Amino acid sequence: MIRGALVALLLLGFGALRVPIESALTAQHRSAYFHTAQLNLGLREQIGQLGFLAALSGFRSLVADMIFIQAHVAWENTEWGRVLLLFREATTLQPRSILFWDMAAWHMAWNASVAALRDESQPNETLRRKAAQEYIGLGKDFLERGIRNNPDRPQLYESLARLEKDKLGDHAGAARLYAQAARLPGTMEYVERFAAYELSYAPGEERAAYDALHALYQRGPHERLPTLLKRLKFLEKKLDIPLDQRIPDPEP
Amino acid sequence: MTSSHLRKSATSAEDNPPVRPGYSPFSAARVAALIGNNLTELVRLKVFYFLLLFALLLIGSSIFMAQLSFQQEFQVLKDVSLGAMSIFTSLLAIVATAQLIPRDIEERTIYTILAKPVPRYEYLAGKLGGVLLLLLLSLVAMTAVFFAVLFVRQQILVSETLHQASGLRPEQVQAATAALRASAFTWSLGAGIVIIYLKAALLAALTLFISTFATSNIFTIFVMVFIYFIGHLQATARDYWLQQNGAGWIAKTFLALVALAFPDLQLFNLVDDIVAGTAIPAGLFAQTAVLGCVYTSVYFFFAWVVFHGKEL
Repeated sequence: MIRGALVALLLLGFGALRVPIESALTAQHRSAYFHTAQLNLGLREQIGQLGFLAALSGFRSLVADMIFIQAHVAWENTEWGRVLLLFREATTLQPRSILFWDMAAWHMAWNASVAALRDESQPNETLRRKAAQEYIGLGKDFLERGIRNNPDRPQLYESLARLEKDKLGDHAGAARLYAQAARLPGTMEYVERFAAYELSYAPGEERAAYDALHALYQRGPHERLPTLLKRLKFLEKKLDIPLDQRIPDPEP
Repeated sequence: MTSSHLRKSATSAEDNPPVRPGYSPFSAARVAALIGNNLTELVRLKVFYFLLLFALLLIGSSIFMAQLSFQQEFQVLKDVSLGAMSIFTSLLAIVATAQLIPRDIEERTIYTILAKPVPRYEYLAGKLGGVLLLLLLSLVAMTAVFFAVLFVRQQILVSETLHQASGLRPEQVQAATAALRASAFTWSLGAGIVIIYLKAALLAALTLFISTFATSNIFTIFVMVFIYFIGHLQATARDYWLQQNGAGWIAKTFLALVALAFPDLQLFNLVDDIVAGTAIPAGLFAQTAVLGCVYTSVYFFFAWVVFHGKEL
């Protein structure tokens, strides 16, 4: 009896020593982007008791994969509402998977929006366009939330830049996002060029675009790609750059 | 010899250790012998083969799962394999440890061992050591299969990429294959597997502690399954307890008890995020690993405190 009480006291005493260490280590884990998933009661209602239990017991990523595969099947059946719901679950369970955010955004902003635009069951074109814009907005929302969960990785900045450029026509916004991606470790070398290209399409940003493209040009022949030369030539003409400061015409 | 004789000799060996010239209160050779003996017994268990075979099959079959894109395929492959490794090592740690002491008592081997000049901490160390060695061997086997599957899949994808990349510049092809290779094997993957092992070791030590006062191995397994689930929720309870919120004192007391009594197993659950590409810094890995070793040692100490005075 006394030994039992002693062990219970030891256990609680060890707990008192443990708790601050565990709290500090959890905080460190979170700052290194571990355990970022927010598992709440709303998610439990969506994925069911068993899935929620599995997610809580250390199989969160596996449950997210299963939901992702279900979302893939829903996409094959063009069940857009279900695709949206399942991707929300998958990204909640595994917010560090770039692919989940990227695929969710792609399905919404590209596939679902085009499907809504071509929806023959809706005769009113204004309503079709409105639905398409809503899906694009959902895609953008996925990418913005994905960036908030993965601010250290460049891929989602790039994806959002593509969406801004292709779906919303916001070249200045796309340039800003490409530039943000270019500053992150692990980014591809073309991203910085893309930031300058997009800036060259943005009204009112011609001078900044010219400076950025010219700086790239000065780096050497490996940066002097056809698009860069074309955009630079276009801006030289538009900004009326003195002839002696212009780059040579590309060889025919 | 009657059981009362055995009981008497077992307790007397502990209470009045024979003082012989050259006798050492701790002998690594004795512990090693106990570990070896325990490992042999554990390896003979059918449940070990069943669990290991099932885990290896699951890891092997993950190569056929979800061939969507290379990143996702690696992710599913890694999730399934690491999930299988995590659940099977945890299960094995609990099931194998839970039956050690009850079986020795039932088969009366514990009396034979403790009647000899073997201190009880050495007996416990031998038992736990055997389980830890078994877990290590199982995890090494599972890791070997997992890495083989991952390597095969990676090579297939690299050769497919090279086949499809005709006409591209060499540096582009090189970048694509480098990206493929980087997404398959990372140092964090190895770190995650070590953490899986430490979690299983912690569970084994905790199971040993429970089994020192449990009445049966079924009871121990049930308790450990509950601890497993609660341990993964402990961080949530701790956060609510430590935060200044509107919870009443009853709720706060309950949360405090959960936080104080159960270890935070979520700290050892890093593979979910590692699979998604999150890199674990070396310092953080070291801290988590040290914490796992400390927990295992402390629960082993608690097991000894209970077992030391246990009437056999």
